[in-house]
Amino acid sequence: MRDTFRGFSAVFYKEVLHARRDKGTLFFSLLIPLLQMVILGFGIDTNIRQVKTIVYNADGRRESRELIDRLRNSDTFRVIQYAESDQVMNDAIVGGRARVGIKIPVDYSDRLLHQMGAQVLVLIDGSDSSVAGQAINVTTAIGLDESLRRVLRNGAVFPVEMRPKLLFNPDSRSPNFLLPGLTAVLLLNVTTFLTAFSIVREKERGTLEQLFVTPVRPMGLLLGKLLPYLGIGFFELCLILFFMRVVFLVPIHGSVLLLAILSLPYLFVSLSLGILISSKAHSQAEAMQLAFLTILPSIFFSGYIFPRETMPLFFYGISYLVPATYFINITRGIILRGAGIQHLWTDALALFVIGTALLLIAARRFHNKVIA
Amino acid sequence: MPAADKLEQVPAIRAEGLVRRFGDFTAVDEVSFRVEAGEIFGFLGPNGSGKTTVIKMLTGLLPLTAGNAWVQGLDVRTDSEAVREGIGYMSQNFSLYHDLTVAENLQFYGRIYNLTADRLRRRIEEVVTLNGLAPYLHRLAAKLSGGWKQRLALGCAMLHEPKLLFLDEPTAGIDPVARRQLWDLLFELSGHGITFFVTTHYMDEAERCSHVGYIHYGKLIADGTPAALKELPDVHPQGTKRIEVMTPEVTRALRIARQVPGIRSATIFGESIHALVEETMDLAGLRAQLGRQNITVTEIRPLTPSLEDVFVELTSKHQAALEGRQEAVRA
Repeated sequence: MRDTFRGFSAVFYKEVLHARRDKGTLFFSLLIPLLQMVILGFGIDTNIRQVKTIVYNADGRRESRELIDRLRNSDTFRVIQYAESDQVMNDAIVGGRARVGIKIPVDYSDRLLHQMGAQVLVLIDGSDSSVAGQAINVTTAIGLDESLRRVLRNGAVFPVEMRPKLLFNPDSRSPNFLLPGLTAVLLLNVTTFLTAFSIVREKERGTLEQLFVTPVRPMGLLLGKLLPYLGIGFFELCLILFFMRVVFLVPIHGSVLLLAILSLPYLFVSLSLGILISSKAHSQAEAMQLAFLTILPSIFFSGYIFPRETMPLFFYGISYLVPATYFINITRGIILRGAGIQHLWTDALALFVIGTALLLIAARRFHNKVIA
Repeated sequence: MPAADKLEQVPAIRAEGLVRRFGDFTAVDEVSFRVEAGEIFGFLGPNGSGKTTVIKMLTGLLPLTAGNAWVQGLDVRTDSEAVREGIGYMSQNFSLYHDLTVAENLQFYGRIYNLTADRLRRRIEEVVTLNGLAPYLHRLAAKLSGGWKQRLALGCAMLHEPKLLFLDEPTAGIDPVARRQLWDLLFELSGHGITFFVTTHYMDEAERCSHVGYIHYGKLIADGTPAALKELPDVHPQGTKRIEVMTPEVTRALRIARQVPGIRSATIFGESIHALVEETMDLAGLRAQLGRQNITVTEIRPLTPSLEDVFVELTSKHQAALEGRQEAVRA
């Protein structure tokens, strides 16, 4: 059995030397994820607020001004201009200066006073669907609320009141939602690239062929290559978690130790993926392209940005084949929901199965090159 | 040690009917040969003729399509692991880790072969002394010149004291001094009983080998000592001899020489003409005959064929045979 891993320690030691010598690559592979974190953590807010709004108040009396105040107080709309005509309002939307136009007709107050239905026109720029959706929801809600108040008059209570309570991320902070998912994408990035490159480099230099003439066994070679980068990936994870907690103030509700342990099968998957890529690629450029190919599904199908539940069935199925799906479940579970091993063991198991499968395929591909 | 005695008699390499096909293409076709322990076997042939394929088959990098091969008595088909323990291999481009130092490269290969710490230290010392690498121990491999890279690669390949070394074009692209030094080193090691399987394009290197094989379109068309090859009937037909005619006017002389009865073939070689002539031809008579055509002959003498002559002769014969076969197929 010992022979199956022949050459492991020699390759391991050599890989550590490579990594230590190539400080530039190491530095950048650790730094770039942190930069991405800063961009996503500080720069991106998925909550829609302060949408630029233009208002044409043709009425101008107290009732109409109250309505505008309520819209402004919602935090969703920021009034950038009061228009004097339909023409001005339309121009502002077509020109992109405003996303939403609200027109209060000249008879708004009159109709309210005479208990006739009053209409408010809300024009929404549909070119960004999430902004549009939010604008529809908020204006509808405010309209409904306004109507109820008038129907019920003073002192009456609402017969039904919904009281939503956001668990786990009560302030709907974007970093809390984005960063745990980002962890999965970043780790994949670093470890897959590093392992793929380290093997393809040996192909390019011809040292891989040289190794195949020695008694090194494929498993010894692959594990010797894999473990040093597992260490680097693990260090990267600690760095990301540290930044997430200390700089972006994302609270970690679950056990950090559990997160560390469950990251191992995920790292194992992404390293095996790197090895598999290297068994296919002949040059570093080719390896780079293949690695990017694996990163795209991790971003789009894993639920990192877009919810998996809204995907068409076909892509929902694919999302089960994307390793990041499981790890994002794990990171969000532990960090945001305080989930324990009893909730997450299936995800860990799935990762372990995928990783083993990938590594076995890679080892076979290398083995076929060595012996018949 | 009787076991060691027995080992001496086992040929270093025995190949029987080696065949390797890639799809429809037959890269190596029924190649059989034997390399005795302690020989320097020079393996020659044009690019793409199958040299590297044969090495890959013997070192277990490529499975055999047909045939059998034993390396140091071990069957490469079934025992490739054990085969690899006992051989050293140096590839065409001196596959070294450029970002590691000379010492680190050596240590890495030593660890791969599971040398104990003690033996590793002793072997590195020996190899470094033998190859003169001492001043460069802590230099990065990338910073070595071609000749030193080649010595380091050789050092890595022989660290585990293999009795058989495969060197794939070890002298391609290095300077003549380093080339000479490498061959001196090979002879020294060969004196210690190490067998070498060397591919090369240089005829002068082939002349120095104790045993030469020549492969052409996947077929081994020459196999023997350089001296024996020069006596082959194809190269040296019965009743003929080779002569060299030195003259300042080689082109005109060649044209005339080809008309002279008794001269079977003639080619220009620098300032002289090499010709294959009837054994009975009188050299003084030939000189007089050329003189009558106003050709000044400075010297005329018998010539032993070079290996290059041998390979030219054998290649053109093989080429003709191949074309003849194609004609037959077409007809």
